[in-house]
Amino acid sequence: MTLTRQIELAQEAGIRTHHFHGGLRLRHHKKVSCQVAVERPPLPELLVVPLLQHAGDVTEPLVAVGDNVLKGQQIGQCQPCAAVHSPVSGTVEAIEERPMSHPSGQPGPCVVIRPDGNEQWVNLNPLGDWLNASSDSLIMQMQNCGLAGLGGAVFPTHAKTLDGRDRKTHTLILNGVECEPYISCDEMLMREQPGKIILGARILRRALGAERVVIAIEDQMGVVEMALTGSAEFAESENISVVKVPTIYPEGGERQLIQVLTGLQVPAGGRPSDLGLVCQNVATAAAVAEAVTEGRPLIERYVTVTGNGISHPRNFKALFGTPVSHLVDCCGGYTADVARLVVGGPMMGYPLDSDSAPVVKASNCVLALSARDIAAPQPEMPCIRCGECARVCPALLLPQQLHLQIKNELWKPVEEYGLSACIECGCCDYVCPSHIPLVDWFRYGKGELRKQALENEATELARKRFEEREARLLGLKHQRAEKMKHRKQMLNDKTMQQDRIRASIQRAESKGKRKPDEQTGGQTDDA
Amino acid sequence: MLISVLILSALGVAFGLGLGWAALRFRVDSDPVVDRIDALLPQTQCAQCGYPGCRPYAEAISRDEADINQCPPGGDAGIRALADLLGREAKPLNPENGEETSKTVVLIDEARCIGCTLCIQACPVDAIVGAAKLMHTVIKSECTGCNLCLPPCPVDCIDIIKAETKPPRWLRPRPNSALEKVVLQ
Repeated sequence: MTLTRQIELAQEAGIRTHHFHGGLRLRHHKKVSCQVAVERPPLPELLVVPLLQHAGDVTEPLVAVGDNVLKGQQIGQCQPCAAVHSPVSGTVEAIEERPMSHPSGQPGPCVVIRPDGNEQWVNLNPLGDWLNASSDSLIMQMQNCGLAGLGGAVFPTHAKTLDGRDRKTHTLILNGVECEPYISCDEMLMREQPGKIILGARILRRALGAERVVIAIEDQMGVVEMALTGSAEFAESENISVVKVPTIYPEGGERQLIQVLTGLQVPAGGRPSDLGLVCQNVATAAAVAEAVTEGRPLIERYVTVTGNGISHPRNFKALFGTPVSHLVDCCGGYTADVARLVVGGPMMGYPLDSDSAPVVKASNCVLALSARDIAAPQPEMPCIRCGECARVCPALLLPQQLHLQIKNELWKPVEEYGLSACIECGCCDYVCPSHIPLVDWFRYGKGELRKQALENEATELARKRFEEREARLLGLKHQRAEKMKHRKQMLNDKTMQQDRIRASIQRAESKGKRKPDEQTGGQTDDA
Repeated sequence: MLISVLILSALGVAFGLGLGWAALRFRVDSDPVVDRIDALLPQTQCAQCGYPGCRPYAEAISRDEADINQCPPGGDAGIRALADLLGREAKPLNPENGEETSKTVVLIDEARCIGCTLCIQACPVDAIVGAAKLMHTVIKSECTGCNLCLPPCPVDCIDIIKAETKPPRWLRPRPNSALEKVVLQ
């Protein structure tokens, strides 16, 4: 049975035909931030745009301090990753290290822009007739507009599309399954701009050369389904379907969603394109539509500002570089019992030390937790081998084994037990009765494995260079020995000696003859 | 009796020829034990073990001339790996060879460099670029941190610096206590 047929059947039956292992049913906490329509907050005083918004090498700034920039002007470039654009028109006030939204809490290079309030756009270059545009030009447009996956991983969209096209993708999956509690930015986007998402899906489908689009949403999102299927774009599009999947965390994970929709598992170490599938976030699709039909670069995104620590939780369409504190102020500020600020959801987010950090391409949610949401710090107890973690692990790993191996630095078994397949969803952490911070251990372990891989690379390089140098020195030694041997031979050989004497006499004679010529030559030159 | 002797001799000759042929056909040029020891050494080529590089040290270990605890950059982990490979008992690092330190690289103070090329000749991995009477510089990504360039420098213009890590290469610290966990009501 083909994949498309499977999905059709599942849809007709109104049920899913597959499920993934483990997962948790969590309280949603989403309604609270979906009460008001999404608006753009007023311009902040300063915007701090990090040059590094995705994994990869540092982006080079294209502007200098004091430059005037226009809204949408490219200010950072980075060849293999996505471009960075100015979110406003204004003046570059500084290019310096500032706190970034990053789990490390370390500062990074940022362009600080003071908006002039004119909101003057740079000349935009939309692809007018995208229906007839080539896949290459569509992908080029995505790259120029700095598009990256807005689900949180910020993988450059053009690279994913290129990979999917080259590996014969048949189905594009749009991920609208926002499974983490509290986060509602994708839900609001799907409610408010369903047409744009479907347009973006069609453009992506064309760029990929795929046949079908499946938009996956949670079964609790009734309003969203109505919005999507009720839009004019949906009515005029073919081969686009909306599939509801049950709400089980972490169903929004790419691999889990694919397993639920198709029953197929993406191979460990592989990508969805191995199965002819490409998965994109719905917000990425909307950004693709804006980039292609309007030529607008990626300079803003939907951000949820929520939690019991926020007075009036809601969603914003915020420019990149907007400080988190500005968004919180626009929500009426913090409540009295605010305790902790988190970027992302409660399961996978990371704590933010300072609310001066800016909104970036990866920030889907700013979560302010109040004291009553957070349990008192618990001491870590020994693992009692209850196996709860393995029961909930959606990646089918054995967290308790991995934890012990990492703790004892047994890196070879850690690799063999598939640590790299961990999606850091936090389910094992959540159920662990011994309060072991399993995901922290796994992240540490992944870092160590990466470090070892880099070290091995460096070691190999050093070995190669050492061996080459040894070979070169040996070659030089041989050469010198050869020369010495040759000279000795010449000293011993009588006829060669005489040849040399004759040759030097000849040289001396010819030199004596040539000399007067050279002198006259010199005189004529002087004259 | 005679037949069995003949059969056994014929078999002996046949197997002997077979083994002789195999010894020629499948001859191993380099000593595989040396390769495996060398693969476990950190390739800093720092000569702190008393041999002029990692491979010479590996050869010395395989000949039983050197002990397995003479490599400071490899540290305890390296000694453990060697002990595992060679089926020996792991032992602490020999303090005569140095101490285990975190990874460093060197930096040439270009204002003070006189261009003598002595460090270039000392570098075991060709990680220093420069020419006579011209300023030298270290290729940071190729530097192994062996510090062999320090003693020959006549003007002392080479400094040891820490190898750096930035967000893209940022690694999570080892967890030491349970963090506050978020409870969802």
